[in-house]
Amino acid sequence: MNTIDTFLNEHEHKNLLRFITCGSVDDGKSTLIGRLLYDSKLIYEDQLSSLQDASAKNGTTGSGEIDYALLLDGLKAEREQGITIDVAYRYFATPQRKFIIADTPGHEQYTRNMATGASTANLAVILIDARYGVVTQTRRHAFIASLLGIRHLLVAVNKMDIGGYQEETFLQIRQSFQDFARKLDIPDIRYVPISALKGTNVVTRAPQATPWYEGPSLLEILETVDVSSDVNQRDLRFPVQVVLRPHLNFRGFAGSVVSGTVAPGDRIRVLPSNVTSTVARVVTADGDLPEAFAPQAVTVELDDEVDISSGDMIVHENNRPQVKDRFETVVIWMSETPLKAGDRYLVRHAGRFVKARIDAVLYAVDVNTMEQCQAESLGLNGIGRVVVETTQPLYLDAYAANRATGSLILVDPLSNVTAGAAMVTEDVFVDADTPRVVGDAAALLRDHVDRREFHWETGLVSAKDRLLRNRHVGKTVLVTGASAQAVQRFGKELELRLFKLNLNSYYLGYASLARGLASDVRDIRSEHDAQVQRLGELARILTDAGMIFITAIPEADAFTVERLKVLNAPSELLVVSLERDARRPVPAEAALDEAVEIAQNVDAVLALLADHRVIPEYCI
Amino acid sequence: MKTLSQLKQLEAESIHIFRDAVSQAQNPVLLYSIGKDSSVLVRLAQKAFYPGRLPFSVLHIDSTWKFREMIAFRDRFCAEQGLDLIVHSNEEGRAKGVNPFDYGSRAYTDIMKTQALLQALKAGKFDLAFGGARRDEEKSRAKERVFSFRDRHQQWDPKNQRPELWNLYNARVNPGESVRVFPLSNWTETDIWQYIRVEKIPIVPLYFAAPRPVVARDGQWIMVDDDRMRLEPGERPQERWVRFRTLGCYPLTGAVESRAATIEDIVAETMQVRVSERSTRVIDHDSDSSMEQKKREGYF
Ligand SMILES: Nc1nc2c(ncn2[C@@H]2O[C@H](COP(=O)(O)OP(=O)(O)O)[C@@H](O)[C@H]2O)c(=O)[nH]1
Repeated sequence: MNTIDTFLNEHEHKNLLRFITCGSVDDGKSTLIGRLLYDSKLIYEDQLSSLQDASAKNGTTGSGEIDYALLLDGLKAEREQGITIDVAYRYFATPQRKFIIADTPGHEQYTRNMATGASTANLAVILIDARYGVVTQTRRHAFIASLLGIRHLLVAVNKMDIGGYQEETFLQIRQSFQDFARKLDIPDIRYVPISALKGTNVVTRAPQATPWYEGPSLLEILETVDVSSDVNQRDLRFPVQVVLRPHLNFRGFAGSVVSGTVAPGDRIRVLPSNVTSTVARVVTADGDLPEAFAPQAVTVELDDEVDISSGDMIVHENNRPQVKDRFETVVIWMSETPLKAGDRYLVRHAGRFVKARIDAVLYAVDVNTMEQCQAESLGLNGIGRVVVETTQPLYLDAYAANRATGSLILVDPLSNVTAGAAMVTEDVFVDADTPRVVGDAAALLRDHVDRREFHWETGLVSAKDRLLRNRHVGKTVLVTGASAQAVQRFGKELELRLFKLNLNSYYLGYASLARGLASDVRDIRSEHDAQVQRLGELARILTDAGMIFITAIPEADAFTVERLKVLNAPSELLVVSLERDARRPVPAEAALDEAVEIAQNVDAVLALLADHRVIPEYCI
Repeated sequence: MKTLSQLKQLEAESIHIFRDAVSQAQNPVLLYSIGKDSSVLVRLAQKAFYPGRLPFSVLHIDSTWKFREMIAFRDRFCAEQGLDLIVHSNEEGRAKGVNPFDYGSRAYTDIMKTQALLQALKAGKFDLAFGGARRDEEKSRAKERVFSFRDRHQQWDPKNQRPELWNLYNARVNPGESVRVFPLSNWTETDIWQYIRVEKIPIVPLYFAAPRPVVARDGQWIMVDDDRMRLEPGERPQERWVRFRTLGCYPLTGAVESRAATIEDIVAETMQVRVSERSTRVIDHDSDSSMEQKKREGYF
């Protein structure tokens, strides 16, 4: 039993390598994985041969070949059913290490699956069929691996047996991969010639077959590659998941150290409050720790009574992440609905959900050529550079510097489906305040309003509350027409009639703007535009406040009306036009004859308001 | 460079998952099956919220055909650990006398386990349920998410699962939908045993070999746990040294012959036996991909 004892204790104290396997169909991925899973068991069997009789007692025939085939059959069956749009996780261990393989089959969904598997991997095994060398898929796999921040690549040139283990073949493939890999940001790339089928250089080296190869076997590389420096150990980032308050004498902040270290006595800062304090204890169920590091899950107690909630982040006092509500990312899109500017999503980042809006799609990247191309949107499996805007600032680091605080997912707010993954990049476009990729002035204004509405902070009184109290909803009525006098008179008359009906109405003369809200506008050329802009913003506020807001602009042109409509969003503008003849200056809901008696015209507008369910019917 | 041992990494990951799920859910619950994985699950949950209590109840679906030792263990364990235990059975099924003999394992499992679970989840208005499933248990589990989405009918649609990147889990659901969360996803059988060993986690004695009254059925040993067991004509219980690799309803759970009295013995045996752990569960033999089927229907 001693062997088992040792075995279990060793098993516990191994370290862990998570890796992903990439290859095109028939490169030999299943064969390789099957072999790794199977041969790793054999290793133990040799080691534990003293226990051989135990299996006999059980009466189960566990002959190696059968299992091996079964395992491969399983992988094959899945693929044939065509349902492998998914990542499968497989586990094995050797005396040196424990391994988690993210196995990502399928081709159409390749980008999405590979990105998913790669997001938690330290290393990627890239299989190349020796007969075909570096092909488009090879480049794609390496590119996605580098995009997801994988630092270690293991390029396995497979099926070396077919060509009789030619050194030349291996060297050529290695050379062509190296040439291309220069463009990628992957510091550690190894090459190994193998035959997954024959087991050559997979678990053990095969000097007979490849006397010219002096490096380690594939498994030896997996067992020894050092991934401890892949985690950022410098910058403490501690997103608070849960506040623990079991009794009055304990108030702890539970979370995982996602990077850096934390120890009692450390001076810390809490985001977003910016309050500083000192770490009193680092608590775990197994006792306090002198120091905690990633990925430990602990509970931090502070010296002071600090108000912290779930979703806040604890960092070292003088080592802050970027605090931003607009930033650039590289997005990998995973939804059938394309991603485009103006779309609303929820961002999940460092343990919290925040409302987000796609500010701009800057460009897309062709996954096969790695070239940038112009794009308005990203489709399923699309990759591109995207500016994201959030209602509250996020505590970010660039993904290259910190995988934990540089990564986020985008969630559809209606279906709740995870629609995309994003990695924070250094800002290139955002800071330069450059291209809002919007063509004309109208689009620019719509973009402005969209952003304004996205960030609008609402109070506790809802539009429905106001309706119940006021008996009517808010509305902006724009009166226009040829005669300045007529439009002003009509506007005031409408205000008065509404008021007498116990409805909240307010008339603002356009001319008053110049002396009030827009009095700071000096530039004659833009004066009118600026006044319209302010009027529109004011109209939006007053309508939201539940007011029937009336304003009169003589001879308003179509451009002005359009701008006011846009600015008044999300509420709709009612345009009333007093006409002298058949000539219609603007498209208006109500075209009234200026010559008709004013009371009659007001009646017509009241009817219209009742029609639009702005005011109740019984008022008229 | 500081690194954690793999078991500590798994533990940290599970604790992270527990806390994350609780921070997202309105009304979580832990599905407690009494098995060894459930024991580990409870221990990890306790660590996640230490020094506080578990911020959720544990729910046991009692099919009414569990081993007696399981129920005794459940009551003792939950009391000792101070857990808030909810036990639910499908009362309609119980009243009708639904049993594995007359109804067959499929119909019985559906009524007394799947339906019972759905009833309990609905009654408790739970929007998130922790479960102890692991990916290495069975082939169809290998691609299961840590946060697994269930639709309005509590069904699992393999095509409707959310991509899961980094450790950014998404537990958002619309009313009526829910999420199953599997904190042990990345644990293997060996990890579980070693954790039970080093943490001294109590488990049901049925896991260890002892002389027990059994009958041979379809190449498996079925234990005669009480007098409700229907014996075939001429069938007579015999005493054998057996243990159970998984625990469930006694008429449906096959035992293996063994003398393994300690965890070390069990692991030694396990390493030699390359039968998937679940092959001793009778329900799995009903149809080829029956686990996938059960999941679609809401079991687990
Ligand atoms: N000759 C030879 N054939 C191989 C090798 N590896 C895999 N194969 C064969 O290539 C085919 C595809 O292998 P498989 O593992 O299914 O590829 P996958 O599609 O990448 O999973 C099968 O017929 C394998 O037997 C190898 O190293 N040498």
